[in-house]
Amino acid sequence: MATDIIRRPARPTPWRNPAIRGMVFQVLFVAAVLALGAFLVHNTLVNLRRQNIASGFGFLDREAAFGIGESLIAYSPADTYARAFLVGLLNTLYVAGLGIVLATILGTVMGIVRLSRNWLVSKLAQIYVETFRNIPLLLQLFFWWGLLRESAPAPRQAWQPMPDVFVSNRGIAFPVPSPDPAYGWMALAFGVGVVATFGIFRWARQRQARTGEQFATGWVGLGLVVGLPLAVFLGSGAPLALDRPELKGFNFVGGHAVSPEFAALLLGLVIYTGTFIAEIVRAGILAVSWGQSEAAMALGLKPGHRMRLIILPQALRVIIPPMTSQYLSLTKSSSLAVAIGYPDLVSIAGTTINQTGQAVEGITMIMAVYLTISLIISALMNLYNRSVALVER
Amino acid sequence: MTNRRWLGALAAVGVALGFATRAEAGPTLDKVKQAGQISCGVATGIAGFGAPDSQGRWAGFNVDVCRALSAAIFGTADKVKYVPLTAQQRFTALQSGEVDILSNNTTDTLQRDTALGLNFAPVVFYDGQGFMVSKKLGVKSAKELNGATVCVQPGTTTELNLADYFRANKMEFKPVVIEKRDEALNAFFSGRCDVFTSDSSALNADRLSQAPNPDDYVVLPERISKEPLAPVVRHGDEEWSDIVRWVVYALIEAEEKGITQKNVDDMLKSEDPNIKRMLGATPGMGKALGLDEKWAYNEIKLVGNYGEIFDRTLGKDTELKFERGLNNLWTKGGLLYAMPIR
Repeated sequence: MATDIIRRPARPTPWRNPAIRGMVFQVLFVAAVLALGAFLVHNTLVNLRRQNIASGFGFLDREAAFGIGESLIAYSPADTYARAFLVGLLNTLYVAGLGIVLATILGTVMGIVRLSRNWLVSKLAQIYVETFRNIPLLLQLFFWWGLLRESAPAPRQAWQPMPDVFVSNRGIAFPVPSPDPAYGWMALAFGVGVVATFGIFRWARQRQARTGEQFATGWVGLGLVVGLPLAVFLGSGAPLALDRPELKGFNFVGGHAVSPEFAALLLGLVIYTGTFIAEIVRAGILAVSWGQSEAAMALGLKPGHRMRLIILPQALRVIIPPMTSQYLSLTKSSSLAVAIGYPDLVSIAGTTINQTGQAVEGITMIMAVYLTISLIISALMNLYNRSVALVER
Repeated sequence: MTNRRWLGALAAVGVALGFATRAEAGPTLDKVKQAGQISCGVATGIAGFGAPDSQGRWAGFNVDVCRALSAAIFGTADKVKYVPLTAQQRFTALQSGEVDILSNNTTDTLQRDTALGLNFAPVVFYDGQGFMVSKKLGVKSAKELNGATVCVQPGTTTELNLADYFRANKMEFKPVVIEKRDEALNAFFSGRCDVFTSDSSALNADRLSQAPNPDDYVVLPERISKEPLAPVVRHGDEEWSDIVRWVVYALIEAEEKGITQKNVDDMLKSEDPNIKRMLGATPGMGKALGLDEKWAYNEIKLVGNYGEIFDRTLGKDTELKFERGLNNLWTKGGLLYAMPIR
């Protein structure tokens, strides 16, 4: 009869149900991955114990007993391994942070210059990009380090381009202001100036939307950010006691010195990453359709305004994602510092691993630190990305 | 890929890793015999102790220790693969099984013997840490080095002793830490650092072989630490530890008994029961070690006794011309004392 053929089961049996099957497989898969991970960890621990190799993170409280050449915080060989790690981490962050800022500036300028209509200038930019992009970073670092080391004289015959500034193969030593309570107030005034400038930007934009009148926000902002700290400085009697570098025995004592290792690392990283950023910026600008430029010209906008108000905001949407990768790459490439003697995180962790024998813990810490830094940079960039993304239907 | 294919791939990986239950710490001798060669970790290049020559062949004092080991095990001195390792890589390479023995001027310390899971063979070279400076600085003693910049390699006892010495003498210093020895020497000779510190024998070797003008540099008289240099093996393999230990003792004992490369064949016919036991004319020692009975004979014939190795690589037959000093037999005022081979 017709009804016999048409009748079908109301619901498939459990093992024929695709949803349940999918879930079962996923659970099994996750369990298998977790089991594999647990097995690897257990295997490692068993083997370490069998060979009597120490394990665990207790070594961080032990005395480090080795010296570190440059550090942003006070450190002596009597401090713990944990503090040595911190010194390495701060050194890495310092070089990476400074490197990111400088590489962005250099790369952006070079990218825009490459699009210039001046043939010589754009060719020079192209030569820069092609040369430094294609040489391995490690070789560039050795080159800069060798150059900075060999081209400067010994401390006893140091150059003195300006009084109290000494250039030698130990680095560039220059005077710094000695700490004074007024500087704390100046920093506060600077912060107030920055916040005030943001407020003025917002107010000026709203005023322009309402009345169409422009406000010199740039100059006013600059005045606040520079003027307020300056006022505090002058008001507290202009305390400027300089800590001058002096040649005592072997080296310069006092002031601050930029070592050739740091300078070589920074130069190498900035120049190398700058080439990639230049190409990214160029790609971003070219991605904005020519129609936008034509419309801007038809409206009578000056070239500077055209770039700043029309082209760059649209180009940034294309530029930011690859730029994130370049920032991460720069941060991770700073670990090459160990080859030229700059005490960054990998160098100090490597020494610690060798002295304590705990390779697994040490490498885990290095990986965790780089992973955290990279995730933070990614998160910040993605935040910016989302805020300027085109809202599509 | 579908879920099923993922599971299949995962299962295959899991099975493959199932063979990874034990790290490379099983019978090293079996593994070495199967591979047909010993994997010997050496330093990246220390003049006299171990460096590749212009054809890329490794030669030196430490290299000859590994060659003696190869002669004892295989009957020929060439079954060795030399793995150059920096000071930072060497212990991990040994712990993980990448090399079977380290022969690279490693100092025997408590920490390394225990926490790092290593065993040290008998000391082959008694050394001490020293400082090398340029004569232009006019420094006559290490106590005048307050505030100096010091080039040093990371992950070594050198680094730690340096910090301890300056702390103990209430002096300050600025370390420049460079991983590769030749880069560190480069930095020192170019003037980046005032001082280069290392084991004093290596310092002298470097001064004579790498300095642009050796007479411009001087090694200061202070020896700030004891650096007993010995070959290293892993924990967990007693048989291999014993073999390395007695291979070293045989080299020293041969010099004490006057057995040289030239006369070892005649010595086989000797009436002295000690020599007969050592060279295998009286069987028993080889069997106890798990080696051929001619293990010591092969060592001496192919590589020489301790004195011959020293003279050929570091001593009077080379430019380095090191004095034996502490590295002489106990009967001649040194510290070398082999345990009885019986």
